[in-house]
Amino acid sequence: MTPSGAPAVAIANLQKRFGGGRTLFGFGPEMPSVHAVQDVDLTIPTGETLGIVGESGCGKSTLARMLVGLIAPSEGSIEIEGRDLGPAAGRDPAAFGRVIQYIFQDPISSLNPRKTIRQVIEVPLRRLHAMGPEARAARIAEIFDAVNLRHEFLERYPHEFSGGQAQRIGIARALAAAPRILVLDEPVSALDVSVQAQVLNLLVRLKAEFGLTYLFISHDLAVVEAVSDRVAVMYFGRIVELARAADIFARPRHHYTALLARSAPVVGRALTAPEAATAELPDPLAPPPGCAFAERCPAATDRCRKERPEFRDLGNAHFAACHHPA
Amino acid sequence: MGAYILKRLISAVPVVLGITVIVFVIMSLIPGDPATAILGSYATPENVAKLNRDLGLDRSLPEQYFIWIGNMATGEFGRSYSLNRPVLDEVMERFGATLILAGTALVLCSVLGIVAGVISAARQYGLADKAITFAVLIGISIPSFFLGMMMILLFAVDLRWFPVSGMYLPYGGGDLQDLLWHLAMPAAALAVVATGVVARLSRSAMLEVLRLDFIRTARAKGVGERRVIWGHALRAAMVSIIPVIGVQAGFVLSGAVYIEIVFQWHGIGEMLVNAILKRDILLVQGGVVVVATCYVLFNLVVDVCQSLLDPRVKA
Amino acid sequence: MSAAAAPSSAGSRGPVGAFLRLFARNRLAAFGGIVLGLVLLLVLLAPVLPLADPYAQDKPNKFLLPFSAGHLLGTDHLGRDILSRLVWGTQTSLAVGVAAALISATIGSAIGIVAGFYGGRTDNLMMRAIDMLMAFPYILLALAIVAALGPGLVNALIAVAVVNIPFFARNIRGVTVGLAHREFVDAARLAGQSNLRIILTEILPNVLPVIVIAMSTTIGWMILETAGLSFLGLGAQPPAPDLGGMLGQGRNALITDPHAAAIPGLMIFIIVMSVNLIGDGVRDALDPRLRAGALMRPMARTQIDRRGEAPPAPAEPALLDLQELRTEFRLGARVLKALSGVTLSVKPGECLGIVGESGSGKSVAALSVMGLVASPPGVITGGAVRYEGEDLLGAPYERLRGLRGNRVAYIFQDPLATLHPLHRVGDQIVEAIRVHRRVPEAEARARALELLRAVRIPNAERRMGDYPHQLSGGMRQRVGIAMALVNDPDLIIADEPTTALDVTVQAQILALLADLRRERGVAILFITHDFGVVGQFCDRIAVMYAGRIVEEGPTAEVLGAPAHPYTRRLIACVPELGAGRRELAAIPGLPPAVDDLPDGCAFAPRCARATPECRRGEIALAPVTATRRLRCLHPEVELTREEQR
Repeated sequence: MTPSGAPAVAIANLQKRFGGGRTLFGFGPEMPSVHAVQDVDLTIPTGETLGIVGESGCGKSTLARMLVGLIAPSEGSIEIEGRDLGPAAGRDPAAFGRVIQYIFQDPISSLNPRKTIRQVIEVPLRRLHAMGPEARAARIAEIFDAVNLRHEFLERYPHEFSGGQAQRIGIARALAAAPRILVLDEPVSALDVSVQAQVLNLLVRLKAEFGLTYLFISHDLAVVEAVSDRVAVMYFGRIVELARAADIFARPRHHYTALLARSAPVVGRALTAPEAATAELPDPLAPPPGCAFAERCPAATDRCRKERPEFRDLGNAHFAACHHPA
Repeated sequence: MGAYILKRLISAVPVVLGITVIVFVIMSLIPGDPATAILGSYATPENVAKLNRDLGLDRSLPEQYFIWIGNMATGEFGRSYSLNRPVLDEVMERFGATLILAGTALVLCSVLGIVAGVISAARQYGLADKAITFAVLIGISIPSFFLGMMMILLFAVDLRWFPVSGMYLPYGGGDLQDLLWHLAMPAAALAVVATGVVARLSRSAMLEVLRLDFIRTARAKGVGERRVIWGHALRAAMVSIIPVIGVQAGFVLSGAVYIEIVFQWHGIGEMLVNAILKRDILLVQGGVVVVATCYVLFNLVVDVCQSLLDPRVKA
Repeated sequence: MSAAAAPSSAGSRGPVGAFLRLFARNRLAAFGGIVLGLVLLLVLLAPVLPLADPYAQDKPNKFLLPFSAGHLLGTDHLGRDILSRLVWGTQTSLAVGVAAALISATIGSAIGIVAGFYGGRTDNLMMRAIDMLMAFPYILLALAIVAALGPGLVNALIAVAVVNIPFFARNIRGVTVGLAHREFVDAARLAGQSNLRIILTEILPNVLPVIVIAMSTTIGWMILETAGLSFLGLGAQPPAPDLGGMLGQGRNALITDPHAAAIPGLMIFIIVMSVNLIGDGVRDALDPRLRAGALMRPMARTQIDRRGEAPPAPAEPALLDLQELRTEFRLGARVLKALSGVTLSVKPGECLGIVGESGSGKSVAALSVMGLVASPPGVITGGAVRYEGEDLLGAPYERLRGLRGNRVAYIFQDPLATLHPLHRVGDQIVEAIRVHRRVPEAEARARALELLRAVRIPNAERRMGDYPHQLSGGMRQRVGIAMALVNDPDLIIADEPTTALDVTVQAQILALLADLRRERGVAILFITHDFGVVGQFCDRIAVMYAGRIVEEGPTAEVLGAPAHPYTRRLIACVPELGAGRRELAAIPGLPPAVDDLPDGCAFAPRCARATPECRRGEIALAPVTATRRLRCLHPEVELTREEQR
C-alpha cells in the first residue's frame, strides 16, 4: 500500500507518436508519423495484475516502455504511486527505477554478455540504493533464494544459461531494485511451454511474497487469463476493451476481442477461418477516421467507419470502445 | 527514380561546399607568405605587397574564401606560378590521364575481385579458395609502388614486353594501341591491391548471404547450385559489394599517385606531389577540389546504382 | 534452429584464455606472429647489434652488392650500409604505423561511440563531418595536410591518422547503434546508471573487440600509407633512415642497382604481411560468429556420412519413410546429436504433425528429408530417407534436386527471411516452375498467377510485381504456400509455418492450408510446437524429445489419452483459454543437452514414473496398438491390454 492510498499506476490521455517532425533542421516538409499509442487512460490499483493483450504493432510494448520511463510520451500524464513522473520519462530512468522495473521479452539479450551475473545484479543495488559490498552480497543471496537460482551462477556469464534460467536472472535483477511495480513485457513468449509455466508460477509467488503490482503484457490470451485480475485488449494503438479476466474472453463485448478468442487454436475445435480470409490491419500512416477495426468487423455499420467509438462503461466493470457491442 | 537522383544531387551540394571549406582551411594553415614563396627570397617588399593584393591575400579569411569559390564557380582557378599556365587547364589535362589509369584499374579490380570472391566463397576451404586467399593476402600486403618497380624490372627491363614508363611513345605513335601498351603495367600494378580488397569483401559478403534463409528456400525449390550462387546469392551480396566498389574508387585514385610517379604517367597525382614540393598552392587547391568533387559525383552514381539494385532503398 | 542456438552457448570460461587458444590454433596467424616477433626482436636489439652507422657516407663504395665485405646487404647511392638503415628504418616505420593506428582508433572510436549512443542531432552532425572527410580520396586529404604542415615524419603520421579516423568512426558507430538499442542497455538505465557509466561499463566492453579487430586489420595498411608518403618524399626527410624513403631513393637507380630498392620494399612487404596475418587471426578469434564456426557456407546438400548399410526398405513403402534417421552437428570437438534414430512414415494425402519443444530435433528432421540441414556443421550419419521406397541418402544430388520443390516442397517459418528480398514475388514463383519444367515464360506466369489467386491474395496481378518487403507477414506466407504448391507436389513439409504470425493471421493461414490440402490431396508433414495447431490440423501426431520420437498415433487418441509421461505433462503445461485464473502445470528441470544425452530414456531425469531400468540401455519405439507407437517402460495408460484380447 502506498502511503497516500493512490493507485500504483494512473495514466491519462497517454499518446506516443513516432516519426513526424521536419527534415532539414525544421524547415523541410513534414515527415510521416505513426501514432503508436493513442488516448490511453488506465488505472492499476496497488496489488493488481493487469494483463494487456494485442497483436504485434498494437502499441503494447510502446505503452510499457513509456510506463517505465524508457521513452517519453508525446502527450499525457504518468502517475506512479501518486507522483507525476511524466516529465522524468526518457530523462531520468532512475526516478522510475526505484518504484517500477521492467522484465524483457528476450532474457538472454537483456543481460550484458560481457558481465558476470553478479556484476549485472549489483548495479541497481549500487546505483539506486547505494549499498556497500556486504549489504549487496546479503541482498543478492536473498533474492537468488527467492527466484530459486543456485548461488554459483553469480560468477558465470549470460551465454551459459538457458532461456528459463536467464529469465529468472532478469527477474532477480528487477527485484534487486526493490520496486513495487513490475512491467512484464512478454516475459515467457521466448520460452518453451514446459519452462514457461515454471516462470509464470514463480512470478505469481513473488507477487504475493513482495506485495507487487504487475502489468503483464502478452500476445497469448490463455497465459494472460491465467495470471491476471483484469485484462485490457489493445488494437491499433488504443485500448478497445477492458474487463475482469474471467469475463473478457468468456463474454467479449468488442468484436476484436471475440475474434482473438476464436482465433486461438484449441484442441478439438474444428478448423474454420474465423473471419474473411484476407483481413488486415489498416495502414498506420493513413489511419481510418472511424473505428480501426471496422473493415474486419462483422457488426460494422456506416457509423463505425465515420465516427470513432468512445471507450465507455458497459456495466459490470466492463469497458469497450464499440458502437455495437456484442 | 528521377526524384531520387535529384535528391541525391541536391544533397551533394553541401558536401562539395564542405570540401572547399576544408581545403581552404588546410591551405590557410600553411606557414609563411605565399607571395614570398612565389617570388623567391630576393623579392622586394613592394613586389610582395603587390602580389598579395593581386592574390587577395590582404583581405580577411572569409572574404578570401568567398572570392576563391566565386572565382572557381566561374571556372577561374588562378594561374600556376610553377608552370606558368592556368590551373584549370593543367588540372583537366592531368586528371584525364589519371582517369584512364584509375578507371581501367577500377574496372579490373571490380570484375576480378568479385569473381575471385564468389569462387572463393562457393568453394570455401577448397583448393581454389586457399589459392585465392593466399594471392589476396600477398596482394593487400605489397606496396603498390614496390610492386610497380618490380614489374618494371621484370617485364620492361628483363623481358622487354612493356615500356618502362610514359603514356605514349615520345615520337610517333599516340594511337589507342600505343596507349594500351603503355597502360597495361601501371593499371595492373594499381589494380592488385584493390582486387585483393574487393575479393576479400566479396568472399565474406557471399558467405554471409549463403547462410541466409532465402538461399535454403531456393535450394528447397530445386534451383541448381550454379544459379543459387551466381543468381540468388551474388544478387543479394551485391548490395554490400557495390558500396565497397565506391570506396575502392577512392583507394584506386590514391594508389594512382604512387603508380604515376613510378611509371612517370603524367596524371594528377604526379602533378600534386610536384606542386606540394614546389609549394604551388593554387595548383594544389585546384587539383584537390576538382578530384574530390568528381569523387563525390562518382559516389553519387554508386548510390543510384545501389538504389536500382535494392528496391528496399526508399527512392 | 537448434543448430544455430547451440554453438553460442559454447562454454568458455575466461574470454582471454579462449582468445589465446583460438589464436594459437590458427597456423597462419601464428606464422605471422613469429615473423613479426623476429622483426621486432631485430628492431629492439638494434642499439646493441654491431651495426654500421646508418648515416655514415662512403661515396666511393656506393651501390655495393649484398654480401660485400663489411656490408651484408650492400650499400646505397651514398655508400651507406643498407642493413643498418634497414633495421633503423624498420623501427621508424613500425613505430609510426602503430602510433597512427592508435591515434586514429582512439579518436575515431570515441566519435563513433558518442554518435552511435546519443543518436539524433549529435549523431547527425558528427557523421556529416565524417562524411565530409570521407568525400576525399584519402590520399588527397593526406597530401593536403602534408602540404599545409610541410613534409616530415610527424606530419605524415598526423596525415595518416586523420584520414583513417572516418573508418573507425563509421565502423564503431554502426556497432554502437546496434548495442544502444539492446535490452541490456535499457536494463542498465532502469538500474540507475548514468549515460557516461553506461557507455563505459555496458557499451565499451562490447565495442572493444570490434575496435581491436578494426585496428589489427588496419595497422598493416597504415604502415603502407606512411611508407608511401615517405616514398613520395613527403614523410621522413633525408638523411633519416625510413623504409619508404629508402625505396624512393632506390628508385632513381632501379635499373642499374635494383637491390637498393628491392631490399626495403621486401621488408615493407614482410612486415605488412605478418601484421595482416596476425590481424586476420585476431579477427577470427574475436568475432563471435567466426568463433562459433557460423561463417561457413552451407553446401548444396547435407553431408552424408552413413555408417553401415541403409536399413532395408519397408515391405509396403509409404509416400515418405524415415528409418532410424540420425543427424548430428559437428562443432569442433563437440558433437550435437540432433536426431538419434527417427522413424516415421507419411502416407499419400495424410497430414502428420511433429510436435516438440525447441531443441527436440523436429526442424532438423524436416530439413533432413531433402538434405537441407546446413552442412557444415550438419551431417547425416545413419538411417534412410525413402521417397516412395527410394533411398534418397544414397541418391545422386541431381535426383534430389529434381525432387525438391517438385514432388516434395517446403514452407518455412519466417516468410520475410525465406523469400529472396530482391526478387519480385511473381518471379520467385515462376522460377520454382521453370527449374523443373521447360515451359514458356508466359505459361509459367499464368500458372503463378493462378496459384496466387488460389491462396486468396487480393489483386494477384499487381502483387506479382511486388517485392516481399511490400507485403504483410500473412501475405508473404501465402506467397510461400503458393510457391510450394506450384508444381503440384505429393508432399509439403511445413516447418512452423505460422509461428511468426499473429494469432488472427495464423487462423487465416491454417484454414487456407486445410482447404488447399482437401482440394489437392497433398500430404503434409507439419512441424510445430503448438498442440492447439496440431490438434486442429493433423491426422496423426508424433511427439519428439531430445532427438527421438517418444510417442506417435492418431491425433485424437494421443491428445485424448497421452501414454508417454512427457506427452501428458507437456499437454498439461499448455494453458487453455477459458479456465480462469489458476496455477499452471510445469515440468521441473530442463531438457538434456544433445551433446551429452543420458543412457536410456532422455526424459527419465524429469519423470515422476522413472525407475532404474529407464536409465539403462535402449528403449525401443514399439507399436502398442495397431495405430500407436510408444517409447516408454511405464506408460501413463495401459494401451496394450485391450489390443491383446
